[in-house]
Amino acid sequence: MPTADEIKQRIEAAIPGATAEVEDWTGGGDHFRAVVVSPAFKGKTRIQQHQMVYAVFGDEIGGPIHALSLKTQES
Amino acid sequence: MSENPLRDAIEEAIKENEVILFMKGTPEAPACGFSARTAAALQALNAPFAAVDILPDPRIRQELSALSGWPTIPQLFVKGELIGGCDIVMELYESGELAETLGVEPPADAPQPAASSTQSPPLGIENRLG
Repeated sequence: MPTADEIKQRIEAAIPGATAEVEDWTGGGDHFRAVVVSPAFKGKTRIQQHQMVYAVFGDEIGGPIHALSLKTQES
Repeated sequence: MSENPLRDAIEEAIKENEVILFMKGTPEAPACGFSARTAAALQALNAPFAAVDILPDPRIRQELSALSGWPTIPQLFVKGELIGGCDIVMELYESGELAETLGVEPPADAPQPAASSTQSPPLGIENRLG
């Protein structure tokens, strides 16, 4: 079961220049919300930005991570 | 017959319905807070939409996600194109872009959909599809 901190670190390691704020939404360790800011989002649609973050976790989304609620912003 | 009739059926549904929401449960009885909020946003705009409950068969979700490249439910498609899941739909709703995308008039008083995004999602829907 990933923690909010692990999710933050994985996003920041995978997306160039990203800073992420992640919180465990329900305290249950499977619904998270994240605000991710990165220059790598420049020129991408919201869909593409969210897909970049989802890609970090692959099949874990919908599995151990039931939900990852996202807000993305380019910096 | 194609080798993957389920995927064909999903593709056809997306093509034939201008606005289609794949969700857990139905708009009247949503089975997940994210699906509930997304359906509520569409209903708040009085936008007609087709809704597909993905819960009866886990293969629907597998095929849909393979098709769309989007891992979570709900998923909203407009004119054959993936608009997004709950977060994006709510952002678009709040900015007024959703009404524009759907070609409907935004409501004069822009009511908030039933559940606000600051609340915790309802429980009891954990990992039904593992």
